[in-house]
Amino acid sequence: MNAFRQSVEAMIPALRRYARALARDADVADDLVQDTLVRALRSERLFLGGDVRNWLYAILTNLNKNRRRSLARRPQFMPLLDNNPDASGTEAEGRDIARALATLVEEQRSVLLLVMLEGLSYREVSDIQGVPIGTVMSRLARARAHVKAVLEGERPALRRVK
Amino acid sequence: MTDPKIPVTEDELHAYVDNELPAERRGDVEAWLAAHPDDAERVRSWSAMAEGLRARYDAVADEPVPKRLEIERLVRQPRQWIYGAIAAALVAFIAGGGVGWLARGAAASPSALQNFTRDALDAHRLYVVEVRHPVEVPGSERAHLQQWLTKRCGWDVRAPELDATGLKLVGGRLLPGPTGPASFLMYESASGERFTVYAARAAAETTQMRYANQDNNGALFWSDRGVGYVVSGSSDRERLTQVARLVYDQTEKSGG
Repeated sequence: MNAFRQSVEAMIPALRRYARALARDADVADDLVQDTLVRALRSERLFLGGDVRNWLYAILTNLNKNRRRSLARRPQFMPLLDNNPDASGTEAEGRDIARALATLVEEQRSVLLLVMLEGLSYREVSDIQGVPIGTVMSRLARARAHVKAVLEGERPALRRVK
Repeated sequence: MTDPKIPVTEDELHAYVDNELPAERRGDVEAWLAAHPDDAERVRSWSAMAEGLRARYDAVADEPVPKRLEIERLVRQPRQWIYGAIAAALVAFIAGGGVGWLARGAAASPSALQNFTRDALDAHRLYVVEVRHPVEVPGSERAHLQQWLTKRCGWDVRAPELDATGLKLVGGRLLPGPTGPASFLMYESASGERFTVYAARAAAETTQMRYANQDNNGALFWSDRGVGYVVSGSSDRERLTQVARLVYDQTEKSGG
C-alpha cells in the first residue's frame, strides 16, 4: 500500500468517531465515512500533498452538509439503545450529550466536534469550513453556550421521569 | 507582558480552554478567572463538555473498522460501489418521488439501508390493511411459498415459525426491492395483529439490529450476509423485538 493510502487508512478510526458524533446514527455515520474514503481514493492523483487529515475532515463535513439537505420527509431513525431505561449514569450522560449535539445547527456542531473532540486548531477548522477564524470562534462560542443550556435544562427533567 | 488591566474577552476564554491563547496572555486569563467565578464556572463547564464528548465517542475510534471501510476493498471495487450508489440513488428517487435527487448524485444518498426500511414500511402499511387479498400465496402452502420465493429471490427464503409469539403465517408475496426482488411474508395473531417480514439484497454485509418508526408502525431492521431484513409491525418495541429476535434466530440458522 502506498503512503497516501496508508495515511488515509490511519484516519479511519478518527473519521468514524467524528461521523458518529456528527450524524448520530451508526449506519449513516459509516456511510459518510465510506463516501469520504471513496472520494478521497478517487482523487488520489489530484492530491498534491498537504494535510491528508484535514482534507478528509473537510470532505466528510461537506458530505454531511449535503446529506442533511436531502433529509426531508424520511422516517425517524434512532438507535435501539436510545430508550433503554436501564442505562447507567454514564450512558445516560452520553445520550444527553448526543441529544444536545442533535439540537445544534450544522455548522456549529461541526465546529464544536472538530475543536473539542478531534482537537483541531481554529485555523484548521477555518480552512475546512472555508470561513474566517472569527466566524469559527463565534460558531464555537454559540455552540458551547447552546449545549451547556440544553445539558443543564435536560438533566433535572430526566431525574423526574425516573 | 500585556497589561493585566486589559479585560479578558469571551474569545480569549474560549482560546484559553482550546490552547489557542498566546502564552503571554495565559497568566492574565488565569488571574481574571480567579477574580470572576462566573467565568471560571463557564470555563470549567466547557472542559467537562469536552470530557463528556470524549467519554461518549472515543470508544468509536477503538471499534474494529467494519469490512466495508477497508481501504483494500474500496480500492479493489470502486466500480461496483459506484453502481451500488447509483442504484441506491435511483431507488430513493423512485420511492421518494423526489425531483432533484439525481442531480444531487450519489454522494448525497442517505443510508441505503434506511431507504430499504422505508420501502418495507411502505409495503407493510399497504398490505396489512388488506382483508381479502393480503398475500399472493397463502400460508397453508408454506413449502410452495418458500420454494417459489427462494427461486425468485436467489437466497434461501424460509418463513420463520413465530408460533411462540402467537403469530401464524398468513402467506407471502414477491415485491420489487431496491436492487432486485424482495420477499414479503405476513403473520397474524388471533386478535388480528399483523407483522410483516421483508427481505431483499442489501449493500451492507452485516449490521446490528436497529429501530425505525413511521406513523404508528415500528420496524426493526438488520442485514446478514448481504440480505437485509425488516420486521415491521406494532410500534410497541418490546413486542416487536420479541418477534424480530425469533425471525433473526431462524434466518441465521437457515443460512441467509
